Amino acid sequence: MSFTTPNLPYAYDALEPYIDAKTMEIHHDKHHVGYTTKLNAALESANVKSDNPVTLLQKLESLPESIRTAVRNNGGGHVNHTLFWGIMGANAGGEPTGDLATAMMKTFGNFSTFKDQFSNAAATRFGSGWAWLSVKDGNLIVTSTANQDSPYSTGAFPILGLDVWEHAYYLKYQNRRPEYIEAWWNVVNWNAVADLYARALGK
Amino acid sequence: MMWNENDEKQSSISRRRFIKASAGATAAIMAGTFSLHADETNKFQLPPLPYAPNALQPVISERTISFHYNKHHQGYVNNLNKLVTGTEFADMPLKQIIKKTYNQPDQIAIFNNAAQVWNHTFYWNSLKPQGGGEPPAALIQKMNDAFDGVDACKIALAAAAQTQFGSGWAWLVLDGETLMVVKTSNADNPLTMGMTPLLTIDVWEHAYYLDYQNRRADYVNAVLDKLVNWEFALQNMKL
Repeated sequence: MSFTTPNLPYAYDALEPYIDAKTMEIHHDKHHVGYTTKLNAALESANVKSDNPVTLLQKLESLPESIRTAVRNNGGGHVNHTLFWGIMGANAGGEPTGDLATAMMKTFGNFSTFKDQFSNAAATRFGSGWAWLSVKDGNLIVTSTANQDSPYSTGAFPILGLDVWEHAYYLKYQNRRPEYIEAWWNVVNWNAVADLYARALGK
Repeated sequence: MMWNENDEKQSSISRRRFIKASAGATAAIMAGTFSLHADETNKFQLPPLPYAPNALQPVISERTISFHYNKHHQGYVNNLNKLVTGTEFADMPLKQIIKKTYNQPDQIAIFNNAAQVWNHTFYWNSLKPQGGGEPPAALIQKMNDAFDGVDACKIALAAAAQTQFGSGWAWLVLDGETLMVVKTSNADNPLTMGMTPLLTIDVWEHAYYLDYQNRRADYVNAVLDKLVNWEFALQNMKL
């Protein structure tokens, strides 16, 4: 069974003016589709069957060495982008509520401190990569990863991710990554993040 | 215009004064003996582009060059100046900073910015308007020895550029006497591997995204066919 790129859960222009339609179209239809296609090709080349790309990322070392890097890069690309589309939306932004808000208060003291830590992780990731909010051992953590490396490969469960590859923002923001990061908070769908938080805790 | 890499470090004098400096003073700067004044904070300066910002059109747009040179390259220069002020690196030539800070976890920011300053200057000089075409004979000889011909060498360079995952660079280098193609991630460059860089192609997305978006291969092939400066590679081979 091969993996397919999920459709965007909203129109290309749904995140305007923060993320433009052209960026969304190329990002989803070209970049994400490219990762999925290359992931499938790698698995096929080594005759590896999988029905869950997350499991592949959690057990990279169990894969044949010939495809490990390809799965890390392209499997990561597929899983990371799937999460990314899912935690954004129109008429979004603001702050989380409920259990996630409570956990954030406990870990970071307040939302603003969390936001600063996360934005800083995104701004200081050198080269291509991602900033993450994940659950690890029951706790919330902010990290960043290079390229398409996934928190799943470190035993964490990502619930919020921000793509800071230049392809995610260059058409609209060029070198101004901090502006993109600040704008992006307006499209975070906290209900979707809260759902992932509940799943991460096994609820 | 030929690039003298000692231009990278213009000590404490402005470019204008550098050009006017006597040959003796220039030699002193190159030898690293020129004394620096503590009040000079912008030690490293952005070298001038070796051509007009629109000279690489239509392969690379003026808009891309403008952001790439005026924002990205200048940004690395600015960051580096801030980072080295008051450190042991403040009076060090760029290449030496790169080699000394490589793989040092507490100096990663200095390494990244120093290497990116050097890499970009090297990249601008690796390109020229009406470039591409047939390499000089001495370079063809090396390509025949190592790659079975010019086309095979270009294909190897294109493959390295295309398969560098994430941000980075593809390089034509000399490893000892042998011509090789290597690729590096983010700011890394072949100087830290003891190799002699001959030319480079920038494959950070900012180098091509405005013009080619996800089509990195189109950018790389166009650069190799129409912009690559083989004479610059030959010049570096002879150093």
